[in-house]
Amino acid sequence: MILVIAEQREGKLNRATWETIVGAQQLAAALSSDITVLVPGASVGSVAAELAAAQVKEVVTVEHAALEPYTPDGFTAALQDAIGQLAPSHVLLPHTYQTRDFAPKLAARLDRALLTDVTGIKTAGSEPAFVRPMFQGKLTADVVPQGPAPHFVTFQIGAYRVDQVAKGSAPAPVRALSVTVDASVIREKPEAPFQQAKQAVDLSQAERIVSVGRGIKEQANIALAQQLADALHAEIAASRPICDAGWLPMERQVGSSGQTVAPKLYLALGISGAIQHLVGMKGSSTVVAINKDPDAPIFEIADYGIVGDLFEIVPAIIEAVKQ
Amino acid sequence: MKIAVCIKQVPTREWQPRLNDDKTWIRDQDASFEMNEPDAYALEEALRLKEKHGGEVVVCSAGPARVAQVIREALARGADRAIHVEDDGLASADAFTTSGALAAAMQDEKFDLTLTGLQSDDQGFAQVGVILAEKLGQPHATIIMEVQIDGAALRVKRELEGGWFQWVAMPLPAVLTIQSGINQLRYATLKGIMAAKKKEIRKAGVPAGLSGKQKIASLYVPEKGKKTQLITGSPSEAAKELVRRLRDEARVIA
Repeated sequence: MILVIAEQREGKLNRATWETIVGAQQLAAALSSDITVLVPGASVGSVAAELAAAQVKEVVTVEHAALEPYTPDGFTAALQDAIGQLAPSHVLLPHTYQTRDFAPKLAARLDRALLTDVTGIKTAGSEPAFVRPMFQGKLTADVVPQGPAPHFVTFQIGAYRVDQVAKGSAPAPVRALSVTVDASVIREKPEAPFQQAKQAVDLSQAERIVSVGRGIKEQANIALAQQLADALHAEIAASRPICDAGWLPMERQVGSSGQTVAPKLYLALGISGAIQHLVGMKGSSTVVAINKDPDAPIFEIADYGIVGDLFEIVPAIIEAVKQ
Repeated sequence: MKIAVCIKQVPTREWQPRLNDDKTWIRDQDASFEMNEPDAYALEEALRLKEKHGGEVVVCSAGPARVAQVIREALARGADRAIHVEDDGLASADAFTTSGALAAAMQDEKFDLTLTGLQSDDQGFAQVGVILAEKLGQPHATIIMEVQIDGAALRVKRELEGGWFQWVAMPLPAVLTIQSGINQLRYATLKGIMAAKKKEIRKAGVPAGLSGKQKIASLYVPEKGKKTQLITGSPSEAAKELVRRLRDEARVIA
């Protein structure tokens, strides 16, 4: 049995769970196995009912007061118990910040393999291999988990498409699984989540975005990118290092820790295309990449590319747009 | 306050990958290496905490002999001493092996706080800090953007997705994985570089019985998902052609 661990907060499902179910359906077909979706939280009935639409064997709720708000100690204790009862061959999760916080602890507690940030499954061989990026996306590896089951796998956000999920002809059965969690094992005391500042710029609504990365070299050169953005009637945005350096405000950051955008045009200037950036913009309709490195991962998802010096190319584009 | 910082040595950003003969790892001898960037932020945070609360900062790294380069750099930036778990096999080790090797060497030091980067720029597991916490029996928090310490109480700002944050309190000792951008990095001064030469680097071996939990069956240059139309020519020709295609073909600009 393949176990998918759903992610929800206060009764709202994280949609990345659906992507993980797509991955689980591919793996289940290859292994002639079936799928159980586990929903951990304090009150998860409606999320479980929503997930029961997927073509899976069953949905299992694990409800416990110690699971909301989320803590790594609470999740590890509850899921260790649940996995012991369910005895899956694989445990699949979306590679969210919450998963990153507890999955390594859970896998270490059980002394089992954990493959993270997986983008696909190769099922042709005698055992499934999991595809994951390495070296900032410059290389890809087919990785095989070692040692006894269950094997833990986390899927990169966007690795599978939500609209590819197979739905069942009737809702899957939902049942409750009870777990024991000793509240005294929980050492973390979380406070309520908050947003740093009201986002003054909503990049998710932008039709065109000019985005800058390390290739812009210094703060003074941001002005050049801004001129291009003005010429294209675009918003300016950046990859994380540019905002870390304070060259553009954090609210202009695109990527897993910033905003997720899907404009008609995304023009990437000097952005290599680290996966943390790509997950935030790969829904864009048309992607243009300008980079001096022909092997930069950004070219894997670009529709149009120019390999060269952006300091020569950008002024030429501004000129061409004005004509 | 006794603070450990776990750092990794990774290929530089400019490095062009070349594979070994059986295509399961890179050709190490062709690569140039540097300190993993998120770990540099963890080191900086440790140095700032020491300046505020006193104590010492101990750099811990697991890797082959070449790792001494980034250890020296960390000592030059202000760390007090170092532990180097040295083994050639650690160059391509998985997170279980690396954290097991670090935990064994760090166990008896009884650190109050352990910091490391949120993930490495080479294998990018994002696991070592969390597994280390579990092996040391300590609480942890990941992707941290601010650290507050008041006696034995620790309060940290955790980054959530999409611009959200959350404060989490926990007792010391604890392990934190640090997000890039938490602070502004300092660079080594000449004085620091000179002082680093006299600082202690304790060598440790890999404990027996550690085995990896994942195997790279093959390593390769990514298969392209989309067919990129590369536009060539002089900057002005390429720019004109790009603008023409964005107007006439993609129809995304006026």
